[in-house]
Amino acid sequence: MHTAEAKATNRVEEKLYRKFGRDIFTVQRCADKTLTLWLDRSRLIEVLQFLKPQFPMLYDLFGIDERTRTHRDGQPASDFTVVYHLLSLDRNEDMRIKVAVQESDANLPTAIGVWPNANWYEREVWDMFGVTFAGHPSLFRILLPPTWEGHALRKDHPARATEMGEFEMGSERVAREQEALRFRPEDWGMQQSNNDNEYMFLNLGPNHPSVHGVFRIALQLDGEVIVDSVPDIGYHHRGAEKMAERQTWHTYIPYTDRIDYLGGVMNNFAYVQSVEMLAGIVVPDRARVIRIMLAELFRISSHLVFYGTFVQDIGQMSPVFYMFADRERLFGIIEAITGGRMHPAWFRIGGVAQDLPNGWERLVREFIDSMPARLDHYDKMSMQNKMLKQRTVGIGTYSQQEAIDWGVTGPGLRATGSDWDIRKKRPYGGYDQFEFEVPTANNGDCYDRAQLRIEEMRESLKIIRQCLDNMPEGPYKSDHPSTTPPPKERTMEDIETLIHHFLNVSWGPVIPAGEASVMIEATKGLNSYHLVSDGGTGSYRTRIRTPSFPHLQQIPLISNGLMIPDLIAIIASIDFVMADVDR
Amino acid sequence: MSELMPVLLALTILVGGIALAAIMTWWERRLLGFWQDRLGPNRLGPFGIGQVAADMIKLLFKDDWVPPFADKVVFIFAPTAIVVAMMMGFAVVPFAPDTYIIDVNIGLLFFLGMTSLAVYSVLLGGLASNNKYALLGGLRSAAQMVSYEVFMGLSLMGIVMMTGSFSLVDIVEAQRDVWFCFSQVLGLLVFVVAGIAESHRLPFDLPEAEHELTAGFHTEYGGMKFAMFMLGEYLGLILISCMITTLFLGGWFGPMFIGDWLPPFVWFGLKVFFVICFFVLLRAAIPRPRYDQLMSLGWKVMLPITLVNLLVTGAVLLWMEGA
Repeated sequence: MHTAEAKATNRVEEKLYRKFGRDIFTVQRCADKTLTLWLDRSRLIEVLQFLKPQFPMLYDLFGIDERTRTHRDGQPASDFTVVYHLLSLDRNEDMRIKVAVQESDANLPTAIGVWPNANWYEREVWDMFGVTFAGHPSLFRILLPPTWEGHALRKDHPARATEMGEFEMGSERVAREQEALRFRPEDWGMQQSNNDNEYMFLNLGPNHPSVHGVFRIALQLDGEVIVDSVPDIGYHHRGAEKMAERQTWHTYIPYTDRIDYLGGVMNNFAYVQSVEMLAGIVVPDRARVIRIMLAELFRISSHLVFYGTFVQDIGQMSPVFYMFADRERLFGIIEAITGGRMHPAWFRIGGVAQDLPNGWERLVREFIDSMPARLDHYDKMSMQNKMLKQRTVGIGTYSQQEAIDWGVTGPGLRATGSDWDIRKKRPYGGYDQFEFEVPTANNGDCYDRAQLRIEEMRESLKIIRQCLDNMPEGPYKSDHPSTTPPPKERTMEDIETLIHHFLNVSWGPVIPAGEASVMIEATKGLNSYHLVSDGGTGSYRTRIRTPSFPHLQQIPLISNGLMIPDLIAIIASIDFVMADVDR
Repeated sequence: MSELMPVLLALTILVGGIALAAIMTWWERRLLGFWQDRLGPNRLGPFGIGQVAADMIKLLFKDDWVPPFADKVVFIFAPTAIVVAMMMGFAVVPFAPDTYIIDVNIGLLFFLGMTSLAVYSVLLGGLASNNKYALLGGLRSAAQMVSYEVFMGLSLMGIVMMTGSFSLVDIVEAQRDVWFCFSQVLGLLVFVVAGIAESHRLPFDLPEAEHELTAGFHTEYGGMKFAMFMLGEYLGLILISCMITTLFLGGWFGPMFIGDWLPPFVWFGLKVFFVICFFVLLRAAIPRPRYDQLMSLGWKVMLPITLVNLLVTGAVLLWMEGA
């Protein structure tokens, strides 16, 4: 599998060399073996355009502040590096393009012309690193407030309030902040009126019952018909990526729980796998199966919330209570296993926190035995309801091509006919040992996106049953020296183990310098943590690629021309959480 | 005594109607809780009925706030209109033989007129709030209520044809043998749908549409003014249930084959209670259509049904006369 991948990657590499010459590229070896090429910004757009047919999806785009990094191992000189992570679904292959810019001239050409979803990503890079993108139509802050000073992910930007000087909210500042909040349609690219009538502008959110958190969409309305819509995010930004630079590898795990707060351990999964790849840790079988079981339990939990709120947003009042009752039973199991509910922070580098408790089989079996019948019942109650179909079939439709253009992954992509599930395509963490189907649908509308998630729950139940029937014996964490917390059994018997245990508990493990990211099929789409280690006890740069971010970006594409209730159905069918968008 | 009767009854309805509407808030929540696998308010007093008092105290002590950007007079007037209109509607409802405030030969029209007046409340509330959500809610209510009033009136014309009178007492008397819910099935169907639309409850709560317009026309309302809207909504629900009972379910008569072994008033109450529970069940079960779908349902389905109903009723009546 790995060799085949390497060969395919080489083909693209060779094509690039043949077209542009070998000299403009510098190859970087990453721990995850993804082809990573540096090139000069003068050739950037040219190369990206050449790569577009090979890699139709811009998976991620982010920056790295390299100024204090020590282990750069032959990488070109750079103050800020901008990384383009590209993905090809057909060939199941990805690659990174890295471009260096210097602090004195932090400027790049925009890639919006190549991939439309570069828009928000470039805004984020500007917001966080101060790298400008020439030709970008709306390069203003996206995650931080418009009045923010400085660029938060630069290494010289303070990470804590105590480093920032006293906070004052004097009248002058109040006036400035209020002025910044004033809504001017022109700033959002909207017209006040056409020849016949004036438009109405409606701020849907940040506080609105149906936006699932703090999400704002500025709407330009003609009656109830949406002429234009501009999503505005950042209200839930908590600086998760900045925090990662202050935490040790181990103590960052609980923060990941809160990224997709409905996904629980699913976030840990992406993070610890990247760390393990950097450190070269192989996880024992029992821990692998436990992880998969927990991840699938959380997939069901997240999808149940989706199901309930989706139906409720369509206006059906009751089903959400049934689904939350099921979720509650699920939390009972998760609580028995992990001690936590929504944020168990239970995966560890090299394994999981504890072994499964006695009697876990009975709890899990009861749940997975009762669920299919209940799902059938809900199906009859909601998904087969004619009015619900009227509200959702044919609403918010996008094609597979559009999905790929806008970086849509997960159920949103599979609803357009693709069967791209990374659990099948690149089975991580032991998924290749399980039998399950990847549900797909063809219309790419709200109804299909919902229907697909319900099918996924059934598949997850299948996976959990296989975990239950085939749970291997053995240790629940790896014997590797970087496993955290390290095994304690022999600490009182020899000094080496004691020292090792003491250091790993007090400082945390030292992870070898390098870069890695592992994609996982999270509850809402592809999720990965791009970790840059500088050979320390904490991450040098943590980039969290979340699925919800690009999903929100394409809302205008599918909702313009429809009515407000349709927009609500679309928002409900996307299944996002704002913490996952804003990080 | 008999001159005092309407006055006493009017007072009873005034007090009883408000009390009943208040109790409805509790009953609806308990019933919804039952259907949604949860308990609902069960803490205060027996079966949690004390919740009604707690809610009233809370609402009474809320800040009586009028938004500075609102049209003050209309803003305050709007919630009273719906309560007044709905209360007036009860004047023509015959609860039992000789137990009604007034029996006029235009009883049915009076009822229809009063429910139409209630539209102003929602419309004015939405406009006076000077809030975009409220405006959208008000617009929706105007369109929705105006269209559904048409079918509401037309759906009852079959009954009027069969009875030959607009008086509600006469209409009940005409159901001594066979209730109109059998001979006027289509009429009943349309009336129930129009009734929900008129009292703007889920599934047809588009003027309010919590998930789309936050709270629609009463977004800016709080405290007792908000409570008045709620009161009006529940009074409307009770009134519509009373009318369905009167017009289609034989009013105070006991069901066929079972007989009149309970006092007429109790039969009436039981039927109203049954209809109310049915409305609560509808609320628990059905999703909300989109605004334009509601309109097309009205004009493309409901209107033809009522017209067919009228045609068939007329034809049958003529045929029976001929025979």
